[in-house]
Order: sequence, then structure tokens, then C-alpha cells
Amino acid sequence: MTVKYTEDHEWVLIEGDNATIGITEYAQNALGDIVFVEVPEAGTEFSQGDDAAVVESVKAASEVYAPISGEITEGNAALEDEPALVNTSPEGDGWFFKMTIGDAAELEDLMDEKAYNEFCEGLD
Amino acid sequence: MSDTLKTTPLHALHVELGGKMVAFAGYDMPVQYPLGILKEHLHTREACGLFDVSHMGQALLKGADVQSAIESLTPSDIKSLPIDGIRYSLLMNDEGGIRDDFMVTNRGDHLYIVVNAACKDADFAHIAASLPDHTLEILEDRALLALQGPKAAEVLNRFAPGVDQLIFMNMGEYDIAGIPCLVSRSGYTGEDGYEISVPTAQCEELARKLLAEAEVEAIGLGARDSLRLEVGLCLYGSDIDTTTSPIEGSLNWAVGKRRREEGGFPGHDVVMKHLADGVERKRVGIKPLGRAPARAHTEIADMDGNVIGEITSGGFGPSFGGPVAMGYVKTDFAKVGTEIQLIVRGKTMPAEIAKLPFVPQRYYKG
Repeated sequence: MTVKYTEDHEWVLIEGDNATIGITEYAQNALGDIVFVEVPEAGTEFSQGDDAAVVESVKAASEVYAPISGEITEGNAALEDEPALVNTSPEGDGWFFKMTIGDAAELEDLMDEKAYNEFCEGLD
Repeated sequence: MSDTLKTTPLHALHVELGGKMVAFAGYDMPVQYPLGILKEHLHTREACGLFDVSHMGQALLKGADVQSAIESLTPSDIKSLPIDGIRYSLLMNDEGGIRDDFMVTNRGDHLYIVVNAACKDADFAHIAASLPDHTLEILEDRALLALQGPKAAEVLNRFAPGVDQLIFMNMGEYDIAGIPCLVSRSGYTGEDGYEISVPTAQCEELARKLLAEAEVEAIGLGARDSLRLEVGLCLYGSDIDTTTSPIEGSLNWAVGKRRREEGGFPGHDVVMKHLADGVERKRVGIKPLGRAPARAHTEIADMDGNVIGEITSGGFGPSFGGPVAMGYVKTDFAKVGTEIQLIVRGKTMPAEIAKLPFVPQRYYKG
């Protein structure tokens, strides 16, 4: 079990051939109060970098990108009724979607926790 | 970037309070504080919020029969305004469009006016050039605070006994904690409250005193926007602009009855034509029926998919508990309850024309 990160502030939990994706604590803090989340349906195929989900704060709408290529196996239905889970538990109950890992080589593009933390420090 | 932006007298305080600073109308302003937009919004409706609106333009217009003079620029009835009465007014262009919306207070021998930050230089130049026999005194040495919410009167009365007796849309001079201020019972949140013109040098002192009261939280521009949207108030530059007439903007009430008959303001012919013949498009409230907010510039379609208009302000209404919006639709679709569709991220989303305001306005009318 490994967690990797993207420059778009997504986390990718890798478990065998599958991954769970959400947005980071840094991202939820920057977005502020989340009022709407749209997650993809199971069966949807994405290439790395495609728009996969939408997250809206009181201020604005943002896209969540597919950090890797693959097929969606589950979207987090709980976020429809309780989008604020992304604020309270961004790296737990506030996960966005689960997907297959279509191309393991793409995981090499992602940062580990140390690199991501350094990346965030560079932004402040 | 920030060194090209102007600041208000409370800039250091905003930073000290943890305000998230953004560029707005040429000023470095707090969009929110650590409380966050949602809680700031709800706190204002439940208790009391303090807003720094010092970026707005304040001026005095002086000279002979100044009430008649300003009527040459606006369709409002200013001559009938009692002493210290305030009126929401529109600065018009010759095409019947709106140059800005502003507040006018009749101070007897002069007018006190407050205009939008983004328009203030142009507004003041326009007023000064249009009324050469009058004097426009721009109040560079005054800041402006808004104290809004159901607890505002109780809080301000502690510092200025009697200020709770001021009636909505009236002004008076009060010493607040010993600081001489020009106080209006007005605001742009839909709540009871005050707008306080205070000498720049004492603005921070007053703000700190008000913030020290248990009921008061500092509120940023984010909540200011969601508060005004929920109560159906226009944001100049988004909901009304130089291409919208007051009638298209559903601001018929801002065109005085006597002024319709007498005219004498820019764009009178267009306004009268719009009143007589009707308008092709109209500003309405729009309620998305799902949970997704529809933002400004979202296309509006009829149930057959034909484009019939555009959202001009939209977002999430924290007190309403769902998405809220305003926009322009073809007049045939303007009736409350009409089913429409919004095109959000390429998908259609059901919505309906809704009555404004989404949340009731609660003013103190004595």
C-alpha cells in the first residue's frame, strides 16, 4: 500500500491493481467550504489528465483530473449528500473515486509524500 | 502584484486576522478570514458581521438646489427624499444603460453619495463634468465599515446610545465610542445593519472595538457576495451594466413615478419605451433544482434546448441551503415557476425561475 501525489493536489492510494483518488488536505484548505461534488460513474474510462470529477466550493468550481489512466470502479456516492466530507476528511471518508491502474508506468510520474510536501512548501 | 494594488486603512488588520487577500477592484481585499465563507455568511444572518467597504467611493455633492442637479443624471426621485433619507439610485447613460448603481443621502444643503469601487474614478469624473456649477468633494480621508446582522443594532447601541432608533434608509451623525461618524441604517446583505463613514485615522480603532464584541466577526468579500445574492441584490458589472436598462434589470422601482412623467435624465426615452412596450429580456431569480451551483455566464435554455439567456450571478446560498442564481432570460420565460435548463459543463441541469429574494430581507422600519 503506497500513497502518491500529483501537482494538482490529488492523492492516489495504490493497492495492487487498483487505486483510490481524493484531494489533499492542502487542496481542501485552499478551496474552502465544499458545497458540491460530482464523481464519475463506474465503468467510465479515463486517460491520465482527463477531467474526472468536479468539486465546488462556495467560491468556485474546480476540476479533479484522472491522475492515471484506467477504468472507474466506484465513485464515492456519500459525497453527493455530504460534500463537506471533503473538508472534514479529505484523505479518508472524503475520497472521490476508485479506478483500475491501466498503466503502472504512469505511477512513476507521481510524487511520494516527501516530494509532495516539499512541492507544497514551495507554493506558500 | 500586490504592490500595484491599493489598500484600505484596515489592510494590516485584515492580514493580522488571517484574511485571505485577493485583488478586487484594484484593492488588496480579504475574500475570507479563517472562519471561512460559509460560516461568515451564516454568522452574519444569525448575529453580526463587520465588513470593510472602504474601497467604495464616498463624496459630497454641494451647490444650489443639488437635489435637482443630481436628478439630471439619475431616474430616482431625489427631490422628494426627506432630510437624511437615503435612496438607491442609478447613474444612467444616454442609451438607457446603467453606468453604476449608488446610494444618495439628502443632507439638506448637500448630498452624500457612495459609489462602487470599480466605477468610482469614472463616476466622480462623470458627475463633476456633468454638473460644472456644483462641487464634488471626494472624501479621501474617510473609510467605510458595514456592521450587518440581527445583532448589529444591539452592538452599535453600546457605543452610540440611540443609534438603534435610526430607521432603515436613514442617516445620522453619531459619536461611536467617541469617534465622530456618519451612520446609515443600510447595507447590502438583506439584514438589518449600518454603514459607518469614519475618519480614516480612527477606522482601525473603531473596527477593533466592534470586533472585540462577542457577537461580531470579521466578514470577507466572499460572504458579502453570497449574502447579497441570496437577497436578490444586484452586483454592478455582473447583474447590471451599461448595456442593461433599469427595466431589463427589474429595477423599475428605482425609476421614480414623477421622473417617468417628467423625464430629464439620460436614457429617459429608452426607459419609457421599455415601460410601455415591455422588454425582450429581464433579470430573474433562478433556482437550480439539483445541488450543483450554476456560476455566472452559464447558458440558460428552454426545455427544447434553445438558448434563452445567461446566468449573471450564481453560487451556493448558505442560508437558503442550496444553489441560487440570477440572470437574464427572454421575457416569455420570466414568469416564476417556468421550467428551464442550465448548461453546466456541457450537460443540461433542470432549474426554474424563482421569486427573488431567496431569503427574506429583514430591515428595521421602526
